[in-house]
Order: sequence, then structure tokens, then C-alpha cells
Amino acid sequence: MSISGIEFAGQQAVAAEAAEGVAKIEGRSQWQLTWRRLRQDKVAVGALIVILVMIVLAIAAPAFVAITHHPPDTAYPIQGETVAGNPVPPGTAGFWLGTDGTGRDLFIRILYGARISLFIGFVTTALGTAAGVTVGLIAGYFGGVIDTILARFTDAVLAFPYVVLALALAIVYGPSLPEMIAVIAFFSWAAIARVVRGQTLAIKEKEYIEAARSLGAGPFRIMFIDILPNLLAPVLVLATLYIPTAVVFEATLSYLGLGIQPPTASWGNILEDAANFYTVAWWYVLFPAAALLITTLAFNLLGDGIRDAMDPRTERVLAGARRRRRRTKLTALVDRAPGVTAPGGN
Amino acid sequence: MSIAADSDTLVMVENLVKYFPVRTSGLIRRTVGQVHAVDDVTFSIPRGKTVGLVGETGSGKSTLARCIAGLIPITSGKVTFEGSPISGLSRRGMRPFRREIQMIFQDPYGALNPRRRVGAIIGDPFAIHGTASGAERKRQVQELMERVGLNPEHYNRFPSEFSGGQRQRIGVARALALRPKLIICDEPVSALDVSIQAQVLNLLSDLQQDFGLSYLFIAHDLEVVRHVSDVVAVMYLGRIVERGPQDLVYGSARHPYTTALLSAAPAADPDAAASRQRIILTGEVPSPIDPPSGCRFHPRCPKAQPLCSETEPLLEVKAGDAATHATACHFPVEAGENLAAAGRSELP
Repeated sequence: MSISGIEFAGQQAVAAEAAEGVAKIEGRSQWQLTWRRLRQDKVAVGALIVILVMIVLAIAAPAFVAITHHPPDTAYPIQGETVAGNPVPPGTAGFWLGTDGTGRDLFIRILYGARISLFIGFVTTALGTAAGVTVGLIAGYFGGVIDTILARFTDAVLAFPYVVLALALAIVYGPSLPEMIAVIAFFSWAAIARVVRGQTLAIKEKEYIEAARSLGAGPFRIMFIDILPNLLAPVLVLATLYIPTAVVFEATLSYLGLGIQPPTASWGNILEDAANFYTVAWWYVLFPAAALLITTLAFNLLGDGIRDAMDPRTERVLAGARRRRRRTKLTALVDRAPGVTAPGGN
Repeated sequence: MSIAADSDTLVMVENLVKYFPVRTSGLIRRTVGQVHAVDDVTFSIPRGKTVGLVGETGSGKSTLARCIAGLIPITSGKVTFEGSPISGLSRRGMRPFRREIQMIFQDPYGALNPRRRVGAIIGDPFAIHGTASGAERKRQVQELMERVGLNPEHYNRFPSEFSGGQRQRIGVARALALRPKLIICDEPVSALDVSIQAQVLNLLSDLQQDFGLSYLFIAHDLEVVRHVSDVVAVMYLGRIVERGPQDLVYGSARHPYTTALLSAAPAADPDAAASRQRIILTGEVPSPIDPPSGCRFHPRCPKAQPLCSETEPLLEVKAGDAATHATACHFPVEAGENLAAAGRSELP
């Protein structure tokens, strides 16, 4: 009876484990696994929250205008400036973060700057990633002359002094948003293309690619259905790390006066104007700079977190810990079973 | 030597040659040599039968399989499927034949895309050939999964959630999807545990009976090939050295290489193993870049004579053999001959 008791308890435990395991395993994809691991990473979760808050603030900017009644481009020479014509400090006359050099609400302008920065960050990264993945896949999959041409072109783009080109274009054609997006996107695909090409070269030798070919799959089906899913992890990490680069690039160009033009607010052109007032208005420099810093830092930390979460080695460590926990649980269950006798002890 | 094609022949391979160029690295890549992977191979695959292809690593078995499957272009020769030539076809031209010829791969881990769900993997043939979509595709995939002994409920799982044997079943289901006439099995069980090997082999033989499949079965395990094959071909350095019905090749091998291979295979019966003469081959398999003159086996052959290094032996029926049993050797092994004791004459 005692033996069957152990067996029963043991079986129950195993069955429970198995049922739990099945429920968990069913349809769990790479993304679900990554998300589970990312949730354990406090820094990455914090970064993600910061980014989401920043996005919500940017989207909700008009709502704040409605609350403060301070449109982004409206100057308030009376309430918003000191007698000397300098910005007023935070908290003065309903200006939460003070005003800028022309007496406009700094908080509202930073929010509108976030809209521009994040928009440019996401759009250029999306364009650059799409282009980089396509070029990398084509170069890696087809190889030969196509690869040689594309790979050398990629190297040339990587070697190009892009700030100089951006400045030249802005001077020749005049600064504009589409031009800035085009320039940033053009210089962000190359590194992604290089990584994708390298991975494609390795993956295309796998037997499952040969299997797809033996089924009659064409090159584009193989590239986008068989190879691409295997590349999403490194591409996602790279893309996350590219967003802050694009945000900083936008700020740099705007700071130099070659990006977003006043009166449209951008973190870059706010900072440019703020440089004239840093002795009298610390908030004018601090808040836009902090917004830029926090945003880029959050994206970088999130990218690092995603990379860690996708690294198969981290998985193994976690899986080991999980197995150990499960074993302990099982042992505990057996220990608690009534009338347990040690095997062979009689 | 050519084989008359008749309605019972599914695939004819005639004088198939596959050389891989050896190039220097760098910007200007000169061809400095050729790897003679498959050199003048002729054989046929009968309808509904299994042809076993045995040989050491590097003997050209897998290259031959890929040439027949149209995965790599051939250097010269001809492959015909049910009378129509399929060698040298474009990808588009090859498409209708892809439905007829499928492959099962050696590595059950490498042959399935780790990022795709099993349902999508097995459904690929339907998607690529546009034969079924949506709910109909799912129904057919689940039917296939059931047929190969997988739980259809596991439709949405990833390959990593299956064992090696189960994965090989997934590979079989995928190969079976378009109801092909020929399945090329490239060492389908060599990566599996012995107990699992038997299950997969039995599945393959059940499927053969149910669907009238022909198999080209490649393996280096002689026992596995003996178990599944109707006809056996032995390859050495890109050439077929002996070919014939399974019982004849295993029972009365004529080529010294076949004899040596058979003597090296472990026997299940220790008494038989003890009484058997083990033939030890000397030396290494020569480089396929520069294969030996004459008979390619002559540098390692215990029976080699000066003639062997000069003239290449043809694959032909030897005196006293059945008309289906061909051997490429000038001095075929006679019944009862003890090769292990054969003195090796000096070669020039």
C-alpha cells in the first residue's frame, strides 16, 4: 500500500508537471520565450516603461495644450518672460517647466519635440531596417557578382562621412523633414545589411533550406519565409539600437540649424536656442537635454535587454534553474507522501 | 553498360558525372582542379522498389542523391524520370518533377526550420505547389501527421519540442505531402538511436506498401541497407563498383571492396564474427581531386595486379553471375576465396 502510495503521489506529481508543461509549451514561440525572459530583466522593463511613457506623452501633446492653454508656437512676452526678456523658471504662471527664450511653454515644446524625434527615430529605423534586410538577404543568398557589388556598396556607405553629406544636402536643397528622414535612413541600412548578409550566408547552408529547394520553393520564398524568421532576433536588437542613433542624429542636425526649422519644435533646435541662455535659465538646457538623454538611454538599455533575452545561452541558464526547482518540488512531494520507505530498506 | 528502360523503371541515371571545381581563394578565382564527386554512374530505380546506395563518407552518395533530386546541376550525363529527361532543367522546368521526387534528410535537427511551426513546415509543399490552402491544408497536414505517427494536435509546435525520431517523422510527412513517386532518403536513420531507427525504417516500409513508393536509400550502415533494399549499389570514390540484388551482393559479393566492407561490419552473432575473416584495407581513401589511375580501388586492393592500375574495369556481369549482378573488377572475388590471406603483389 505504501509503495502504491508513493507511486500514486509520484505519478500525480509527474502528471501535474506534464500537464503544466504541455499547457506552457503549446504554441510558445520564440517571441513568447523572449518576452518571458525580458520580463525578468528589471532594467529592460524600466526602459520599456520610459519609452512607452515618452510615446504616450508625445501622442498626448495636444491634450496638454488643452490643459495648459499654451500652444507650442505661441509666445507669451508678458507672463513668459522676465523684465529683462529672459525665460521664466519652472512653475511660474502655469509654465510647468518654465519658458524658452521667446517666452513659449518649454514643457509643451519638449512634448512636440518628442513627436518629431520619435517619429524620425521610428520611421528612419523602419526604412533602414527594411532596406538593410532586403539588401543583406539578396547579397547573402545569391552570392557571386550580386554579393560582391552589394557588399562593396555597403562598405562604401559605412565608410562615408554621413554628417558631411547631411550638411551638404541641407545646404544645397535647404533643410526639410523628408530630406532628413532620407539621409538618416540611407545611412542606417548598411550595418543591418552587413549583419543580415553574414547570417544569411550561414543559414543558407542549412539542410532545411535545401529541403525547401527540393520542394520547389523559389529564391524569394526561401529568403523571406525560411531565412528571415531566423534573422529577426539580431535585426530586432539592431533596430532597437538604431532608434536612439537616429534620434541623436536628428538632434545634431537640428542643433546645427540644418534639421527641423523653427518655429517647429525639435529637441535639437530647442537646445540650440537654449545655448544662448544657459547662464540665466538652467531649465531651458536641462529639460530638453534630459529628454534626449533619457530617451536614447532607454532605447539602448532596452536593446541590450532584448539581446540578452534572445541569447540562447541565457535560456540555458534559466532552464537549468527551472529544472532544479522542479526537481526540488518533486522530491518534496515524495517526502510528504505517507508511509514512504527508502528503497531497499526493509 | 546500359540498362534497357522499360515501364518498370522509374528513374534512369546514365553516365552521370558531377565534378566540383576547386578554386583558389581571393578576387580572381582560378580553377586549379576538380573534385570527382560522382564519376560516370549508371543505374536505375525500379518502380515500387528500394535501391540501396552504400559507401564510405566521401564516396559521392549524397552528391549523387542531390544530382538526381535536381538540387545541384550535373556536369554531364542524363537523368530521366518516367522517360522524360530531368537533368539540366531550369527551376521552372523542374517544378512538375519536384512533386514526384522528394527527399528525406540525414539530420533531423538541421532539416527542419527551427523558427517555423510543424504545421507550416509540413504544409510547405501544399503552399509552394498551390494544391491546398487554409482549412483544407490544415486538414491534409494533420492527416499526414497522423499517418506518420505524430499527434495531429501538435500542429502548432516548433521542431525543438520534438525528439529526433519524431522530427524525422516530420521530415517524412513533408516528403510525403505531394504523394511523390520517388523519395530519396539521404541517410535517414544514421543520426537516430538504434531503437528509433527501426521505427522509422518500419514506417518507411509501411508507406512504401501503401503508396507504392520507390526509395533511393543512402546509408553507410550495411545492415540497414540490407534490411530495406531490393537492389544494392556499392560506391567507392564516385563510382559504382558493384550493383545487384540485395541477396546476391550480400551473399556472394564479387568486388574486393564490397567483400572488405562486409567483413568490417559488426555481426550480431559472436560465433559468426569469430569465424569470419576480417579484411583489413591498408591506406586511406585517395583524394577525389586526383583519383588513382585504372581501378580507383587498386592502391588499397588486396588482389590488385599491374593491370588494375592501367585499365579501368567496366561495371559488367561477371561469368557465372546473375544477369542483374554487375561488378567493376578485373579479378572478382571467387566463392570461398580468402581475401584476408591474399598476397598483395608488388605494383610498379
